Amino acid sequence: MNTMTKVEHTEHHGPAAGISRWFYTTNHKDIGTLYLWFSFAMFLTGGCMALMIRAELFQPGLQLIQPDFFNQMTTMHGLIMVFGAVMPAFVGLANWMLPMMVGAPDMALPRMNNWSFWILPFAFAMMLSTLFMDGGAPNFGWTFYAPLSTTYAPPSVTYFIFAVHMMGISSIMGAINIIATILNMRAPGMTMMKLPLFVWTWLITAFLLIAVMPVLAGVVTMMLMDIHFGTSFFNAAGGGDPVLFQHVFWFFGHPEVYIMILPAFGIVSEIIPTFARKRLFGYSSMVYATSSIAFLSFIVWAHHMFTVGLPLMGELFFMYATMLIAVPTGVKVFNWVATMFRGSMTFETPMLFAVAFVVLFTIGGFSGLMLAIAPADFQYHDTYFVVAHFHYVLVPGAVFAIMAGVYYWLPKWTGHYYPETMGKVHFWCSFVGVNLTFFPMHFIGLAGMPRRIPDYALQFADFNMVASIGAFIFGFSQLIFLVLIIKTIRGGSPATPEVWDEPEGLEWTIPSPAPYHTFTTPPEVK
Amino acid sequence: MSHETYYVPAQSRWPILASIALFLLAYGAGTLINGLKTQTGDTGLLLLLAGAFMMSLILIGWFRHVINESIDGKFSPQADLSFRWGMSWFIFSEIMFFVAFFGALFYVRTLAVPWLGGEGEKGVSNMLWQGFEAQWPLLTTPDMEQFPGASAVIDPWHLPLLNTAILISSSFTITLAHHALKAQRRSALILWHGVTIILGIIFLFFQATEYIEAYQELGLTLHSGIYGATFFILTGFHGLHVTLGTLMLIIIWLRVLKGHFTPDSHFGYEAVAWYWHFVDVVWVGLFLFVYVF
Repeated sequence: MNTMTKVEHTEHHGPAAGISRWFYTTNHKDIGTLYLWFSFAMFLTGGCMALMIRAELFQPGLQLIQPDFFNQMTTMHGLIMVFGAVMPAFVGLANWMLPMMVGAPDMALPRMNNWSFWILPFAFAMMLSTLFMDGGAPNFGWTFYAPLSTTYAPPSVTYFIFAVHMMGISSIMGAINIIATILNMRAPGMTMMKLPLFVWTWLITAFLLIAVMPVLAGVVTMMLMDIHFGTSFFNAAGGGDPVLFQHVFWFFGHPEVYIMILPAFGIVSEIIPTFARKRLFGYSSMVYATSSIAFLSFIVWAHHMFTVGLPLMGELFFMYATMLIAVPTGVKVFNWVATMFRGSMTFETPMLFAVAFVVLFTIGGFSGLMLAIAPADFQYHDTYFVVAHFHYVLVPGAVFAIMAGVYYWLPKWTGHYYPETMGKVHFWCSFVGVNLTFFPMHFIGLAGMPRRIPDYALQFADFNMVASIGAFIFGFSQLIFLVLIIKTIRGGSPATPEVWDEPEGLEWTIPSPAPYHTFTTPPEVK
Repeated sequence: MSHETYYVPAQSRWPILASIALFLLAYGAGTLINGLKTQTGDTGLLLLLAGAFMMSLILIGWFRHVINESIDGKFSPQADLSFRWGMSWFIFSEIMFFVAFFGALFYVRTLAVPWLGGEGEKGVSNMLWQGFEAQWPLLTTPDMEQFPGASAVIDPWHLPLLNTAILISSSFTITLAHHALKAQRRSALILWHGVTIILGIIFLFFQATEYIEAYQELGLTLHSGIYGATFFILTGFHGLHVTLGTLMLIIIWLRVLKGHFTPDSHFGYEAVAWYWHFVDVVWVGLFLFVYVF
């Protein structure tokens, strides 16, 4: 039989003193906090870039920045928001909440957990340093299509490639940790079909991450070879194909967009039942819908490429497969609405963000369906309609869900209630700002304004002005969020262990703030 | 599932040091590669070497730390299972890395090159290089000045066939060694494991021989168009993985000599064995789709 002895770890009961705590920590709560602050810093950085873009687009003509710098801003804005803001925020929430939700003492592999985080600041330092290099930062869009990113790329593309490699290593290690935690660290009695939905959605997200981040690593490696070592993967002169780049990139890229939305589904599925004071409608259908979305995400990638000249059968296959995604997504939206139906609803800030998520994400979903129709996409492709679509699913979608989660769990983390009125002000400013920014983009997109350009025809001027004003409202209202978080950390009325009105889940059975180590002895789940 | 007290390690310096080393490696590699054409990559090389040196020290220190924890009996069966899940999903991520390159190979072979040659639904792309004829292996590229094609490709039935036999036998020998470990037949373990290492080294030697032949005699290089590109990226990354696997085998052999493993507790050994099987399976895919068909 097993000869190993059981050794209890007794050295550290509380956090270490001083700054070294944050560098050397193996505690999932510390690492979660690090992820969340990092992501917020990146959110503001990427946001400043977005505001530079919107300032330039406030009026037609070139006013503030040069076209090449504009291109650098659109590129860096996208990369930072995707890899620096949204993904780390979800990993931060996962770090904080998953062990408490499954009744585990910590993440499965705590040291690797710290490594996953600390790679990120270095990766983004390298990425941001390209702004100061000769030839400027990457300017080929966040999708870095070849040959823009190979033959015509600035020299800084090499650093971009290695930064992407570092982010990939970080994401893969983070995802492995999350899967191992969920599969192996559940408390006795916590069966798979009892897992909170945030845990389920993260399990599937982690699988997607491990499946596609290596493909991203592969595609940037092929770029590196083409740029510096004379290969011709994306060069037809040697028998390669630039379209190959897009296929490999979007084989990563489409699951990637679900990586950014599935955990959001999980958060919203936690919050709505609490504030509707009803159990989640259709738990198991939520699990199956999430799994179906994950499966479908692997067979729809070429809907990003309808206009590159795919064979007709390809266009048809990818069009119908894409439309199929509306079914499981519809199941989810139906379940959220059914959960709220005849519930005793109250509208605290997390619920406001969650309800806004349901409505606005659905708008983004429907514009996605429009884009899925291949013949129609020939018109919409590369217009502001696409920009409106993916910002609706990512900003009032993913970002609102992250904020909802932060408001929902902040009393558990800090032990204080946040100031409710201030939270509501933040919500309404964000809500108005987001819709002012992105709703007009539908119209200018349908009218034919192309994306990724610093100047535009006069007939688009009014809507662009509205969008820019909205962007500044949205951007500056995030400072309310920052102040609110700092205030809540420093004080406020003490939170009860349940925090809310009888919420479900193990995380509400422990005191607020959650002790440094929780569930060192696994709880019994009935 | 067992639920003893789970070992949560104390604070550790390794992760942040490893992040710094990784940054040096990446920044150094970027600077070195960017300076290749202008011969200005010296700082890059220095940073790269510093990073590599630092990373090696960290890996040695970090692994020593974990091995000591294991010897002290800190890892419960539940922790052991965490390691197993970790290694399995890591290997899955490695498989997906190769999937990207296999996917590229299948795409150019079945779609891109035939279309360039005027076949199929997108055959209009033949207008780019009129008269270009699709073939695989692609020896005559559309633009022979920019990408001079190879004169011939590697004959699969000599060195590659031999290498296939070598790698497949090495999968058997490591399994024999593993069984010997479980049956506590120490000399058999040391012998079969040693044979596995030797087979790995022979494989790498033959791969190097093949590369030299490809470059010097066949004109099959990174520059020789899409055939050379897919050939070298697939066999090259596989070769790197075999190199890493061989290093892992050697280290684990030294640990065997030190008596680190017991029939009940030898996750480190199994992880290396799994990794070795993985490079073996990838090779079978390579042999079939890169060399034979």
